[in-house]
Amino acid sequence: MILVLGASFVGSFGAVFLKKGGERMHRDIRSVVTNWRLAVGVALFVASSLLYLKGLKHGELSVLYPMVSLGYVWTLVWSRVFFGEPLTTQKFLGVGVIVAGIVLLAAGAR
Amino acid sequence: MSKVPLVERDPAKARRIAIGLVTVGTLLNAAAHLLMKSGTSGASPDNPLALLFYIFQNPKLFAGYSLYGLFTVVLTVALKYGELSILYPLIAVGYVWVTILSIVLYQETVNPWKIAGLVTVVAGVAIIGRASRK
Repeated sequence: MILVLGASFVGSFGAVFLKKGGERMHRDIRSVVTNWRLAVGVALFVASSLLYLKGLKHGELSVLYPMVSLGYVWTLVWSRVFFGEPLTTQKFLGVGVIVAGIVLLAAGAR
Repeated sequence: MSKVPLVERDPAKARRIAIGLVTVGTLLNAAAHLLMKSGTSGASPDNPLALLFYIFQNPKLFAGYSLYGLFTVVLTVALKYGELSILYPLIAVGYVWVTILSIVLYQETVNPWKIAGLVTVVAGVAIIGRASRK
């Protein structure tokens, strides 16, 4: 469980770097290949995926897969912190509901 | 042929296409995660780099990741046709597919906690999806 929740954390940073990299992308190959932000984003996604696989090996898929949704929570936080996107009451409510769901799933795990 | 995008020309049709694509996508994604799970059941390496290479050697893991890639492509296309607020909750329905299939295929147990957790997570994702509507 900790591995999968950690994977969602690492993966959400992957999305942040991809967005940062995407902002500096132009219509030529060079701006993509020499874009270290994109490379970091992809590397974080790969790392996140490996953590997820390690977690899957030891746990139940019916518990672990829905836990990937914690990534939505991180993403909202980073969107606020790094991109200044508004964190509305409704988004905050959604975050709370997801976290409650993850706690319930953890309670139901073997 | 008019140059007006389908989303403006026929919004109802665009929405149907988007919902259809996402539904197919979540099924692909569910299959991907089931393959990943069964791919890790054998003796997989602990070293991260070795694990990365192992993905290419293990047919189930490779198939799982390929389907996952396909899901990403289908989702990207669907997002051109439909709003995130409608598509997000549908993506979360993918959790339901995975849970049903892991109970059927891997004899994982179902209990009230898991069902309550699943329903709550789907509701939470739906709320965020609605909140993201412009």
